[in-house]
Amino acid sequence: MNVIQTSGLGKRYGGGWALRDCTLALAAGHLAAIVGPNGAGKTTLLNMLAGLAMPTAGTATVLGDQDPGSAAALDSIAFVAQDAPVYKNLLVSDMVHLTRNLNRHFDQRYARARLAQLEIPLKKRAGKLSGGQQAQLALTLALARRPRLLILDEPLSSLDPLARRDFLTTVLTAMADDGVSVLLSSHSLPELDRVADYLIVLARGRLQLAGEIDEVLARHRLLTGPAGEAGACARRFPTVQVQQADAQAHLLVATDAADPAPPGWEAHPVGLEELVLAYLRAPSERALGRAGLPGLSHVDQAEPTRAAR
Amino acid sequence: MTVITMPVQPARPAAGSPPPPVPWRRMVWVTWRQQRPALVTLLGLAAGLAVFMLGEGLRIHHDYASLFACRPAGSATCRDLSSSFGSGDWHVGDAINIVLQLSPALTGAFIGVPLLARELETGTFRYAWTQGIGRQRWTIAKLVLLGAVFALGAAVLGQVNSWFYQPFAQQQGMTPLSAAVFGTRPIAFAAWTLAGFILGAFLGMLIRKTVAAMVATLAAYAGLDLLTWQYLRPHYPVSGLWPAQAVEACWLLALSLLLGAATVWLARHRAA
Repeated sequence: MNVIQTSGLGKRYGGGWALRDCTLALAAGHLAAIVGPNGAGKTTLLNMLAGLAMPTAGTATVLGDQDPGSAAALDSIAFVAQDAPVYKNLLVSDMVHLTRNLNRHFDQRYARARLAQLEIPLKKRAGKLSGGQQAQLALTLALARRPRLLILDEPLSSLDPLARRDFLTTVLTAMADDGVSVLLSSHSLPELDRVADYLIVLARGRLQLAGEIDEVLARHRLLTGPAGEAGACARRFPTVQVQQADAQAHLLVATDAADPAPPGWEAHPVGLEELVLAYLRAPSERALGRAGLPGLSHVDQAEPTRAAR
Repeated sequence: MTVITMPVQPARPAAGSPPPPVPWRRMVWVTWRQQRPALVTLLGLAAGLAVFMLGEGLRIHHDYASLFACRPAGSATCRDLSSSFGSGDWHVGDAINIVLQLSPALTGAFIGVPLLARELETGTFRYAWTQGIGRQRWTIAKLVLLGAVFALGAAVLGQVNSWFYQPFAQQQGMTPLSAAVFGTRPIAFAAWTLAGFILGAFLGMLIRKTVAAMVATLAAYAGLDLLTWQYLRPHYPVSGLWPAQAVEACWLLALSLLLGAATVWLARHRAA
């Protein structure tokens, strides 16, 4: 079952498209990271999946064939928006009771046990908690609903490194214990490198790349060869990015290990961060097909590489 | 050997079968807890006002009865009674009347507007409207519950005022339909309070900015009030007090339903 399926999904605000032509299928069981700079369309996509915003174009379904925002979808999806909004004037215990009253399922024991473990006092006003504690409170309330899909919008951006680790540990524990699928967004990748197993890259409102991280890495390679042959090489392979120094060119291409590098060229595996940055630096204006393989997108006359200096 | 295992957690609903909705009654606690400061303040003020009106009303009724019974009419005693009723008592009566006339608009601006506009401004709607109950039920429940409480409170206050204001109306020979008393009679007063509250909630949802929506609510309410006593009331097809009250309550209720439905529609379709 796909927890998320979108087809040609788009959302326009005022004059411009916040998200366009987004076609995506995410199977259950993943921790999927949506990565992209600010304004890439991450929040727009998550808002539509959570049922808060209506698509302008295309379709989206969640948890099989449910409409986002339908009673069935709301029942099994927990959403924590950016900055983890809670009612600042309410006590933590009131937030627990409020969430319990607003949902059919609520595991009060879990909520209380986790809050005790996090040393978040029940009789404190939610607005008086630290940013990290508010995020943990919102996450605890979301997980206590026992969702099948947990959607988190920029959950880590307001947290210090220690709080980030605690937050991700909570999410991973819930995935292991409860089999919840997780979709979270972030504008920085490194913090998710070790925990996410599925990657969605958005830039300028377009889907750039989507797939399981192992598989995405396996189908990209970094080719290094003479700068004079860079153009010919880039025509031969679907190329994400070209970086040229004086004598050498580095091409990030979408090709797997079975495809031999041309004579005179060396092939290296590519790192995840490097790969994502390449897609973000040279965002494709075209929507990607299901395979997520771009054509030749952009030749980047980049700053000289270390080898050339 | 057969091993029977019991699920620790209740089984999740199978995909495709729509879950039974979260019961409406849960919203009673939710609404109470979220709107408690506003409710306590408003109902506290209303109760205080009612007690004050009962206390002052007894004194005013006594003053008026003495004045009414005073013979001969031109004596110094009667003149004193008349001037004390005409100044001190009338001041209290006018002040109470102004407070009551304004209260539906103030309820709309200070409780109706923030009900949704605050959620939109602070971003908490992203929490509230992604819970299992759904934003439609959430919005309807809040409008209905709070609207009912305010209308009921207004009806009680209007009833107290009907008695409180009697001496003034009698002295002035006001008809039951005159503008000074008609709108604060229990039925019309309850309907105006409901309409003011729903108008505020609607404009808060529409404008999404608390302060701007408050100003718009006060202006819209004033316009509606003016329109009503200038152009509508003279054309009611009935002349008795209670039939006229019923006519006014009916169209205000229809207006409230319309604005309430528009508010729910906006909440459903224009959230983010």
